[in-house]
Formats: sequence, structure tokens, C-alpha cells
Amino acid sequence: MMPFTRSEVIAIAGALWLTAMSSHSLAADGRALATNGNGKGALPCAACHGAQGEGLPSAGFPRLDGLNGIYIRQQLDDFADGKRANDIMRPIASALSPDERQAVGTFYSRQTAAKAAEPTKADAAAISRGATLATHGDWSKGLPGCNQCHGPDGQGVAGTFPKLAGQNAKYIAEQLKDWQLGKRANDPLHLMTTVSAKLDDDAIAAVAAYYASLPTAPASQQGSAQ
Amino acid sequence: MNDPQYDPKTWAIGVIFLGLAGMIGYMLPRQVTSTNPPQSPSQGATPARANQQPASPQPSGAAAGTNAAAKLTFTPPPDDKIPDNEFGKMVRFGRAVFEDTQHNAKEFIGNALQCSNCHIDGGRLANAAPLWAAFIAFPTYRSKNGHVNTFQERMQGCFIYSMNGKEPPLNDKVLVALESYSYFLATGAPTGANLPGRGYPRLPKPAKLDYAHGQQVYAQKCALCHGPNGQGQSTADGAVVFPPLWGPRSYNWGAGMSSIDAAAGFAKANMPLSEGNTLTDEEAWDAATYIDSQERPQDPRFNGSVAETRKADHDSPFDMYGQTVNGVVLGQKSPPSGPPRSQ
Repeated sequence: MMPFTRSEVIAIAGALWLTAMSSHSLAADGRALATNGNGKGALPCAACHGAQGEGLPSAGFPRLDGLNGIYIRQQLDDFADGKRANDIMRPIASALSPDERQAVGTFYSRQTAAKAAEPTKADAAAISRGATLATHGDWSKGLPGCNQCHGPDGQGVAGTFPKLAGQNAKYIAEQLKDWQLGKRANDPLHLMTTVSAKLDDDAIAAVAAYYASLPTAPASQQGSAQ
Repeated sequence: MNDPQYDPKTWAIGVIFLGLAGMIGYMLPRQVTSTNPPQSPSQGATPARANQQPASPQPSGAAAGTNAAAKLTFTPPPDDKIPDNEFGKMVRFGRAVFEDTQHNAKEFIGNALQCSNCHIDGGRLANAAPLWAAFIAFPTYRSKNGHVNTFQERMQGCFIYSMNGKEPPLNDKVLVALESYSYFLATGAPTGANLPGRGYPRLPKPAKLDYAHGQQVYAQKCALCHGPNGQGQSTADGAVVFPPLWGPRSYNWGAGMSSIDAAAGFAKANMPLSEGNTLTDEEAWDAATYIDSQERPQDPRFNGSVAETRKADHDSPFDMYGQTVNGVVLGQKSPPSGPPRSQ
């Protein structure tokens, strides 16, 4: 009746166990990838985004700590596919496997870095104008407040609407301009394409300065990193 | 019949007189009255601007992108015109209640909504039920409750139905504040006029309401923000960012928005947020049909019989209460209305 002998069953079970163990040990390690890269063309994320994902404001490299992991994974997919045009990120994202992209995303979503300083002190009037746009928008142009989708203080909503609080100003401004130009076109329902078209350069600078001025996380989220 | 006899001459004069009167009346320009439904914005009286400096055309309220509802003729004053006195304090509190109802009127609400979810731009935006247009339309008779309603009573209705809560007592600070804020926004608006942009636009009646198509539209254009099951979305901290459209934390079966025609008009003019007037009429009607065919808190007027409650308060082809959808009679298994008792 039995197609296998007892010893064959033991051998098969053992092989399965070994396979399971080895695949476990090979599961992508987000921290290692962030620190060392993957040795297959993906450079260490930390080289530009900082050891804890704090980013590099002077270069406009975004902070990644506390961003939603699904959002990070989606962006890496989009860099690889070219939906988000970026000459630096495209080869890196392409060199990461789907598992590795998710592992990196999960790793950074759990980090809480100290905020990296902005290279220049923002103008208080710009921050104030940015706060108004972020909160109330400008409905004379059909523009909602950024926070109406990105959440109070730009804390982000799920994997779709990324956290903006504490993000560096150069990065935010560059993204808004990329959406205007169609260089970044991975926004669901074209929401960012639509709203970025309603912003002029001063308004972009204002909202960028405002979000860069905010603390990175509300008090309730501090210390929740694993 | 005891009517006295009239001679033919008197009759003839009377008929001619009435005929002339009718012709003259017909030729006179038509005036918009407050009893008209808010569907002919182009006819509205052109009200004087609010008492502002002419050099400050304020953006709020002059909705770009609402081309379906013609050009607008009223602009509410900007917030920096709120006076720095006791009245101004009340106006500011009213604005705070309006925009963060969850915190500032907590004791009167029983769901996850804010006033400003349906009244966009803090109650300023035309075609999103602006406060300035509503304020000048009261007191008025409402068939919903069969008597003349004051503005405060009308707002009590918002709390009972749209907010699935309970009414603040008349002259409660919450109502006084909301009334003050509305009065401020209506500065310079002509009392009793049916201003263009009032309420939500009325869309041409559809050939049919297509639930299955609505489900597709919802998945493509609504679920991103409102969630696949209409539950809304919150931040990691639990602050509601995208309001629930059905289920126990949404508006109840007595709310205006539970009527498909209201929801369709709102969606057409305003959804997806920032992309108003991009849905076709058909998409707006069908998405609204799908949304308003889901279960939500019970109608507070429920008398124990869904059939009777439908007959009394939901007798409209655009109202799904009491209708059978996917084998379930809507209203039959509704969560109870009102704030949760356990809290």
C-alpha cells in the first residue's frame, strides 16, 4: 500500500526540513541589506539614506524611517519598472528581489531616527503659508489641503499616502516638480499629478518648508520601533 | 347650489381681466424663490458681495472645477475677517466644531464623521452644501418633520442623522457656535435667496441605477481612500482621515446622504477629492447606488417595522432602505442608531 518505505519517508522528511531551514536562513534580512547591500548590484541604502534612514536633506535624499513598509516596497517596484523615473534608484531597485524590497521596506518602517538638520533655515512666512496650504488647501483652485489625504500633520495613511512630517524640503519640492513634469507618474488616480499642477513654485517651497519643519513622529509613535 | 346668478357682461369683463393679468404675469421676469429646489444656479439673484474691500477677491468658495453648476455669484468672507471680539470667538469655535467635530462636539456624535467631510472647505465650497447658502434659507417649512424649522433645529437634524448622534439642546454652545460661524460665512448674502451652489447639484435622472457597475466604479475610484469595505481609513494614531461611507461608523439611514440622488450629486461635484466633475453622471449615480445599498446605522425614526418606516420616511426610488439587496432587506439588520451606549 505505502508507496515509500519507512526509511524513505524519513529521508524525504529530513530533506524537506533542511530545505525549510535553509530557505529560512536565506530570507531577506532588511537590516543587512540596508547596511551592506545585496552584493548583486544593490548598494547599501544607508549610504545615502542614513544608517537609521534619516536621509540627507542637503542632497534631497529622503528620510525613510517610519515610512509605511508597503509604500517603500511599492516605490522600489515602481523605480524598477520606470513608473518613477530616477537614474540612481532604478538600477538599485532592479537589483533587489521582491523579497528584498519588502524586507528593506519593513526594516525602515520600524526605524525611528533623529531628525537630520535642514541645510538652510526656512523662512517663517513660508512655513506659515505652507501650513495653511497643508491644512486647508486653496479651494479657489480646487486644491484640497495635503493633510486631507496625508493625515493630520502629514503623518501618512496606510501604504498609499506617505508620511510627510519631517521629510526634508528639497525632496518634497523635487517630487512635486517631478509630478508636474510627469517624471513621477506612479500616483493612484493621478491624484498628485492633479494637485501638483495647481501649485506654483512659491507654494511648493512653502509646503516643503512646512513639512520639513515638523517633528518626524507624534509622541504616541515614539518608541514603537521594533 | 345656491350661487347667485351673474349676467354675461360681468362674466366677459372678468374673463378678459383675468386673461390680461395672466399674460402680464407670464411676461414678467421670473423671480427665484426660496422654495425652489437648488437646481437652477443660473437663475439665482446676484447677491451683493460681502462687505469687503473690493481689492480682495477671496478664493474660498469660488470653486474651480465645478463647471457642471455654472458660475458662482457669492463668495463668503475670508477667515481673517472674523472680528476680534466675543462674537468672533464664537465664530472661531464654530469653525473648530465644524472642522474637528470628533473632538469639539464629541458628546453629540455617534460615528466617525466630521461636518467638513460633506461640507467641503469648512462649509465654504459651492456645490458641497455650503453654510452660507443654507443659513439664509431658514426658517423654512420642512416636509421631513412637517413644521417650520429654525436653522438651529436644522442643525440638530445633522447631529441626529448625518452624525448618527443626538441633538445638542437649542442654544447649546455647539449650536450657537455653528450658527455664528454660518452667519459669518453668509455675510452679505441676501436672506431667502436660493443661491447658486446651495446643497449638492441635481444630476439628470438616470435611465437606471446599476449596482454592479457602481461596485466597479467604487473599486476603481473610491476604495483607494474609503477602503474596500467602505470603512474609511485612519492614521496609525487612529485619527480618521477618510470617512466611512457605510457600516456602523457612518451616517445613518435618516441622513440626507443615504438618498442616492444626494450622494450622486455630491460625488459628481466633489469626488475623488481634488478631481471633482471627472466622474460621468452614470458613474456618480451608480457609485452612489452601490454605497447607499449597504447597511448603516438604523433610522432614528424606526418604529420597529422596516416596511412601515420605509413607507413613512423612505418612499423614493432613490432610497434603498427597506429594499432587498443581495438577499438582505436593508434596515432589517442595521446597527442601532445613536452614540454607543457602552461608552
